[in-house]
Amino acid sequence: MLKNFEPNKIFSIASKATKYVLFVFIIIISIGLIEALIISPEDYIQSHSVRIMYVHVPSAWIALGTFSIIAILSFVILIFKNKSFILIAKSLAPSGLVFNIIALVTGSIWGKPTWGTWWVWDARITSMLILALFYIIYILAWRIYDDGEKVHRITSLIAILGAINVPIIKYSVDWWTTLHQPASISIFSKTSIHTSMMIPLALMTAAFALFSILIFLMKYNTELIKIKNKGLDRL
Amino acid sequence: MINDIISMNGYGIYVWSAFTFTLISFAVLYTVIKVQLVKEKIKFDAKYSTLTSDKKQAVRAQEIYKGILANNSVSKI
Repeated sequence: MLKNFEPNKIFSIASKATKYVLFVFIIIISIGLIEALIISPEDYIQSHSVRIMYVHVPSAWIALGTFSIIAILSFVILIFKNKSFILIAKSLAPSGLVFNIIALVTGSIWGKPTWGTWWVWDARITSMLILALFYIIYILAWRIYDDGEKVHRITSLIAILGAINVPIIKYSVDWWTTLHQPASISIFSKTSIHTSMMIPLALMTAAFALFSILIFLMKYNTELIKIKNKGLDRL
Repeated sequence: MINDIISMNGYGIYVWSAFTFTLISFAVLYTVIKVQLVKEKIKFDAKYSTLTSDKKQAVRAQEIYKGILANNSVSKI
């Protein structure tokens, strides 16, 4: 099974799949935007400002999901010295950081009409900011230490340490009194969002996930060619 | 109809700026990663073209290099 994660396998898939992923992403985001901005109804309390949810929530989900994957891969890298996962973890970080920033900025824009303020130091928002800092530290560590055993250890430790923040983000709205509303969607209980709003939310989540995959594939190929360029120097 | 979509009962400025920020972030991230990829491909091509035929043969024998050479759009030009 681990053979599927070998660099030449992923490179081959990434080279072929990129244009198809981009094509499907453009179609889904086009439909998603029409649904989110025009077709979906306004909220009875928040009115049209609820539409910000369609970019804010998927961004936050993907930022959290991506960091969780990086942390799991980092754990495997650190414990089992698995080399195939190093490049995967490194290539996931840029899109994760951008989605984290989008979640923070769109959340701030949503906060102004809803709470009357752009920013508040409540548990959910602050923990998301901490996640963004972990992303930045993780990416900077790769730049500072360059390649080698040391950078693998340091970046893995940063990701594992940052993973402690993930459940804090998830449960912050339950553990503390926050301005941020509790989760409206749960895998284990009935969702409180109407289907007319779930459809654009699902479409935008799918589009954002596809974009994340697209960036990952391109970044993976970039990093692999960079390594192979160094290999050519040594010939 | 168009005015309603733009103004959104006074919330348009917030909604449109959130969506615009998201799409601009996507465009910037895609462009940055694409430029990095093209730069590395150009660098690879430049280095590969300076290799002797023996070294080129050795490079082509490796699966991963074969993949890069096959998928390198710059190489095909």
